[in-house]
Formats: sequence, C-alpha cells, structure tokens
Amino acid sequence: MSEFAFLFRGREPLGSAEQQQKTLEKWRAWMAELQQRGLITDPGLPLEDAAKRVVGPDRVVHDGPFAEIKDLVNGFIVVTADDIDAACEIAKGCPIFEQGGGVEIRPVASMTP
Amino acid sequence: MPLDDHLFRREYGRLVSSLTRIFGVHNLGLAEDVAQEAFCRALEAWSLRGVPENPRAWLMATAKNRALDVIRRQRTAAGHAPELERVLLSEQTVEPALDDLLLPGALKDDLLRMMFACCDPRLSEGTQVALMLQILCGFSVGETAAAFMSHHAAMEKRLGRAKAVLATSRHLFDIASSLQVVRRLPAVQRALYLMFNEGYHGASAETSIRADLCQEAMRLTALLLNDTRCATPATQALGAMMCLHAARLPARVDDAGDLVALSEQDRTRWDQTLVVDGLALLELAATGPSLSGYHVEAAIAAIHANAADFESTDWTAIVSLYDTLMRLQPSPIVALNRAVAIALRSGPANALAEIRAMRDRDRLSGYPFYFAALGELEYQSGNAELARTHFRQALSLARNPMERRFYARRLAACDTDAASFQGLEGIWDRAFEA
Repeated sequence: MSEFAFLFRGREPLGSAEQQQKTLEKWRAWMAELQQRGLITDPGLPLEDAAKRVVGPDRVVHDGPFAEIKDLVNGFIVVTADDIDAACEIAKGCPIFEQGGGVEIRPVASMTP
Repeated sequence: MPLDDHLFRREYGRLVSSLTRIFGVHNLGLAEDVAQEAFCRALEAWSLRGVPENPRAWLMATAKNRALDVIRRQRTAAGHAPELERVLLSEQTVEPALDDLLLPGALKDDLLRMMFACCDPRLSEGTQVALMLQILCGFSVGETAAAFMSHHAAMEKRLGRAKAVLATSRHLFDIASSLQVVRRLPAVQRALYLMFNEGYHGASAETSIRADLCQEAMRLTALLLNDTRCATPATQALGAMMCLHAARLPARVDDAGDLVALSEQDRTRWDQTLVVDGLALLELAATGPSLSGYHVEAAIAAIHANAADFESTDWTAIVSLYDTLMRLQPSPIVALNRAVAIALRSGPANALAEIRAMRDRDRLSGYPFYFAALGELEYQSGNAELARTHFRQALSLARNPMERRFYARRLAACDTDAASFQGLEGIWDRAFEA
C-alpha cells in the first residue's frame, strides 16, 4: 500500500445555486464513499485562489494567483492505494470532471527506506 | 451534517437581498457577485471538509467578510447604499454596522423588501417574475429562460434591462412604509400567482423546473403570510389556491412523464397535508368584505379536493363559482373554463353553445387548450371529423413534448374505439392560464 496525494485542479464552481448544491452533494457522496472504504489517510484541505509568492534573495512579495485559473490547485486529499494505477481508478470517480477540472495524482514520498 | 434541499437556492435570495441593502440598489450586480462568491467558497470548502454546523451562518459570515473587503476597497467609489454612507465609511463603525445589517431578524425584511422591489410597476409582469426567480430564488439565466421557454440571450437582456431600471431608484423599496406595502401588495400577489401558474400549467418542458417554480412561489407567499400587513384575505386565498393545486402535483404526471387527466388521477396520491393547509387558509381568507379572484380559484380547487372521486364532483357549484369569476375578472380563458364546467354539469351541446356565444373567443386562437376543449366537446357530440380537426390544431400549438403527447393521444382516440377515450374532463386540469 502506498499513499497518493490527489491535487484538484481547475474546478469551476460556476452555475446556479441549485447546480452548486447538486455538485456539492456529489462531492460529499464521493468523499463519504472513499472514507467508508478506508482509503482516505488525510482529508486534506481546500485552498482559496488568492495567493502571494515570496521570491529571490531579496524576498520580493508578489500578488497571486500564479497560474491560469484552469491550472490552479483548489485543494488536496491523501489516499491509500496499491499502486498509482489503482489510485487513478479511484480518482476517476471524482465529480471534478463534471466541473471542467482534473485530478493530479502524486505519490507521497515514503519515509521508510 | 445533512444539507436541506434547496438550501443554496434559498440562502442565495437572502444573501443578495441583505447585500443589496448594504451596497445599494445601484450595486445589485455587486451584491450578486459577492453572494455568488460565498457559494463558490462554500462549495470548495465543504466538498472536502464537510458541511459546517451552521451552514447559513457560515455563508453569511463569508459574505460579510467579502463585503467588508469591497467596502474598504471602494471607500471613495460609492460602493454602498447612500443612507448607510456615514457608518460604512468609518473603519470604527463599518464592521458592527454590517453585523447589525446581517442579523437574522433583519433578513425577513430584506427578503420582503426585495420581493416588493422586484414588482416595480415600471416592469412588465413577466419580467417581475423572472427577476424574482433570479434574485430571490437563485435561478441562473439558463434556468429562468427554461422556465419561460425563452432563449438564454433574450432572457439575459431582459434581466439586464430590468436591473438597470431598478438601479435608477435611489432606494430599493421602503418596506417600513405600510402605505407603500399596501399599495404594491396586489402586484406582488399577482407576480407570485403567475410564478405558480407558470410552474403548474406553463410552457416549460422540464418538469423539475416546473415543480421548482410552484415550490418557490409557495415559499415566497409564505413570507407574505408571515407579515401582518401582507397577510390579507387575498394573500391567504392565494396561498390556499397554491396549496390545493400543489396537493395534486404528485398525481398529475405519471411515471412516464405524461400528463394525467384529473378524471384519471389517483386521488390517494394527492398530498393531504397540503389539502389541509389549503382548506385552513381558505377558511382564514373568508373573513372581511373583499372577494378576490384568488378566493374563487381556491374555492374551485377546494371542491376538487373535497370530492371523493371525479364523478361526485359538484359541477353545479363549480359553474356558479366561474360565474362569479367572470364578474370579477372577465376573460376568454375564464369563459372557456366555465364552458368546460357546464359540459360536465349539463352536457357538451350546452357547452358548445356557450363557447360560440363568447364574444372575444378569437383571442384564444393561439391557445392549444381552446382547440382541445372544442375537440373533446365535438367528439362527445358525435362529430368525430370536426373533433379531429380541432385536435390537430391543438397539436400544432402544443408548447412542449408533454402537451404534444397529450393531444396526440386524444387525436388517436378519435380514430380508434371510444373506450380508450377519457372524455372532456381529460383536459380539465389544464384549465387555468392567464
């Protein structure tokens, strides 16, 4: 078993209030299912768009965000799976694809050699 | 933490109404943007971390913080209501002022104020309804357009123009003035009546949108019923009419999505809670000297609700209520409905004579129900050929697939045996349309 971070990118929370609530219900159902199957090792965090970046030896502060809206990370969770292919299968059930976004799957570096 | 059905839709109306009070009516668009943003945040945060203990308070707090940002940034740019200028311009008072403005107690008034503002006499009745759907019920332009069978671009333009009209007012609406409230109340009742009817009989093909329209109209009417100045007998009668009609909704469309005639409906599927609520409201409405069209329509619906089955319906009482309605609000559509009731009371020949005697019946030439009624009456009188012609006409005027299938079934019944024919009462439930 390995851990994988799911980075949610570019979800567009647009649509009417009713559509947003329906989207939310889909996310909750998906998260509940992963939880039930014991796949979530870290429920992660949602991330807002507003950002700053400190760069260079002079530590200059820039206002963000720094990516196109479609590439912004909106949040992440950590799941366990046999391998990266199994992790991809899990990710396929995510409602983000109906919102025009995608999931980036990154193996979490193991601390045990 | 479970989420109430339509919570977002409801809270959207609250947020926009309260924010518009803060930003001023000239910034309605800004209020909508801030509300929208609060929901985007909610969607992002709640989908990963679950719904908070008090989702309403969460949304309101998020909107408040965003409003604070906007006000601080726009200090010099008149991004607020003129009457609040003094408190909002000072850093010491701005936050407590927002807290006061967003108190739960203020929300009811904000919603009422927005509802009355949407029914501005400078706007057409249809536009008033569309505006309420968008601002108070959180309908997207697409959903609003679908409700009216209108094109997205046309609806967008219509809503944009309506908001531009509202923005020319210095104030949204003075909800504290009982005189203003009483003066505009009939327009608000009328708009809610139209919203409900658009859902119940309207042209939109999508049944879910239509059920939503009825539900939203009832929710907004409940706001009127909870305000002592607005809970007049006419409002109570309007509420009664909505409850009694909505009670039949579960039986009105079958599992295949086809309309079910009143005569064929399974009355055990009628919502008895709504029937009881409707009858209680109608009783309340019976006080006072004024008799409104809403009273009469509710009374007709009550007769149906009280009838054990279609056969035992008191058609004599219904005809006499239509006589009253013709005196109160004469229109060719009311006259047509009266004729249909006469057919059920005393046969198709009498009904056809009534229709022929209608002076302004040419105004119904674009109305499918008119031709369907003629078709049914002619068929019952033994004139199958004439009936077919009328049904074909109704079919060509049908406004959505559900109606089209309904009239097609009627047309087909003319060609086959009479046994499959449901009779005139089949279209009875399509009766009201203003």
